Amino acid sequence: MDTFIQQMINGLVLGSVYALIALGYTMVYGVINLINFAHGEVLMIGAVTAWTVVTALSGTGWPGWLLMLIALLAAMVVCAILNFVIEKLAYRPLRNAPRLAPLITAMGMSLLLQTLAMIIWKPSPKPFPILLDAHLYNIGGAVINTVQILILVVTVITLFGLMFLVNKTRIGRAMRATAENPKAAALMGVNPDTVISFTFVIGAVLAALAGVMYAANLGTVQHTMGFLPGLKAFTAAVFGGIGNLAGAMVGGVLIGVIEALAAGYMGVLTGGVIGSDYKDVTAFVVLILVLTLRPQGLLGERVADRA
Amino acid sequence: MQLRNQTLLTFVGAAIALFILPLIVQPFGPGWVRIIDSALLYVLLALGLNIVVGYAGLLDLGYVAFYAVGAYLFALLASPHLTNQFPALKEYFPNGLHTSLWIAIPLGAFVAGVLGVLLGAPTLKLRGDYLAIVTLGFGEIIREIVTNLNKPINFTNGAQGLSDIDSARFFGSDLNKTKEIFGIEIPGVTQYYYMFLVLVLISVFICYRLERSRIGRAWMAIREDEVAAKAMGINTRNMKLLAFGMGATFGGVSGVMFATFQRFVSPESFALNESVMIVAMVVLGGMGHIPGVIVGALLLAALPETLRYVAGPLQEMSGGRLDASILRQLLISLAMIGIMLSRPRGLWPAPEHGRKGAPKGGQA
Repeated sequence: MDTFIQQMINGLVLGSVYALIALGYTMVYGVINLINFAHGEVLMIGAVTAWTVVTALSGTGWPGWLLMLIALLAAMVVCAILNFVIEKLAYRPLRNAPRLAPLITAMGMSLLLQTLAMIIWKPSPKPFPILLDAHLYNIGGAVINTVQILILVVTVITLFGLMFLVNKTRIGRAMRATAENPKAAALMGVNPDTVISFTFVIGAVLAALAGVMYAANLGTVQHTMGFLPGLKAFTAAVFGGIGNLAGAMVGGVLIGVIEALAAGYMGVLTGGVIGSDYKDVTAFVVLILVLTLRPQGLLGERVADRA
Repeated sequence: MQLRNQTLLTFVGAAIALFILPLIVQPFGPGWVRIIDSALLYVLLALGLNIVVGYAGLLDLGYVAFYAVGAYLFALLASPHLTNQFPALKEYFPNGLHTSLWIAIPLGAFVAGVLGVLLGAPTLKLRGDYLAIVTLGFGEIIREIVTNLNKPINFTNGAQGLSDIDSARFFGSDLNKTKEIFGIEIPGVTQYYYMFLVLVLISVFICYRLERSRIGRAWMAIREDEVAAKAMGINTRNMKLLAFGMGATFGGVSGVMFATFQRFVSPESFALNESVMIVAMVVLGGMGHIPGVIVGALLLAALPETLRYVAGPLQEMSGGRLDASILRQLLISLAMIGIMLSRPRGLWPAPEHGRKGAPKGGQA
């Protein structure tokens, strides 16, 4: 039972990070129907930026939470600028091109960001310092630390903040209108370019947030760290119903929990034939099952037929 | 008549050029011929993926899985691994399995083809981006399986991979051994070149015939407008499955070739980057256009490889940050972005037949 609670906690924390990333995916996909393959790499850039800031400031003797906050802000600014530029240079010129073209540039961008990170920060993994006091709290025999609690809290706050933004503000309404029909939105006085840029910037801020949280929880940063969480987060977005914020949240948490439970129990259940090494596969198995059985996702409308 | 003669002349010229190319290159060192060999292997892969992506318009990001299946199939059937692992098998084959390529090639094609159909079946409802992501997931699943299938029973030797794979043998002649014909020394890499060339030519012929067949036209109809294709009486489900299956057979054969060429396989060779690169070759060259696809494959496969030789000074200049493999990745990613931005339809796209008025922004 202890293992179960522990794996549930691990799963919830991991799932929250996936949810944060998935929110960025789902907003971009919702507005311009592009799987932004570079989203995971933006997350990675955020994490390494934070690492750079933290190591640069480590001699100042400032408290950990302040360092964390500064690093987080720096990561957000860098990612926001980066994503803004990427959208403008690589995706915007291809908005009316054959649909494969932006997808290929997105993949190219993902590879480019990884390569640049490898050149700037070198390929070796780097330890991410422990900034918040690593107090362990006990819940029914399982433990949870400060960073993990922070991740859960931040994710919930972010989700509600985003929902407010999308559903209640003027720019949110413009986003929904553009997602529905860009031409009609333009006729109503919405500037789709501004809306799309804004969406990318918000997505980048979320990615930076997720990246720093992920790095703090994982304890290392590396140029490849964004890829797998990015892919799983996309799975989460599809699982929940793409374009749907609450769906991304639910999908993220579910993927995280499924993965953690698979890591904890798959070996036991299959008598060691399928060990916990296969935990990275669970997200893809879920993805294939979801898309075959319920392509619109848990909370979404039917979009899988949209070519 | 004039024109026919000219075509014939170009044809014969190209044939001679292709035939003597490695003989000209090999004095510069076997490394250069190896680059051409692996470029041909990529052409083979790209031609196969072109059937799925270019003709049928199904974006498959898991293509490398079929490559892996073919490679591992041959690696298991022609290396000492299985007989070392299973004493019972050793009793039947005391000298090891050493499966002939005559069996391995059709078997690789068949197994990969069946797998292609199996993958295609649950994804038929999906299109465009969703299909891309599901196939990507499938590719990762295969890679994870290959990586972890070393316990509880060791089938694939996990991350270490399988080594000591047989080199290609035809009619008792080992392609890996240097031969002398008319006083010219022909090293192993050059002999592999001819084998790959033959396979590429056969593939080009198959693709060319497919493109002009009823099946090819049906695929292209599906690519352009699936609903209309269905309305015209095309069985879209079977046609899509056929595309997946046909494309996969190419991947399987390429895999067998890769295994016998490298004589070592490990999961590393079948990472997602490889799939992305093959897709990039097809799309950059010009989807659905055989010469375009070949150009795309040659460009992306060979050009960055040749850079390995100029990378040394650059590496020194950058304090070791820019090594050959990083430079290669950088160039490939820049090519992917740059070519798409300047020519979204590819470097050498298929000529559009009477589609002047067709709306832009067609399907993936």
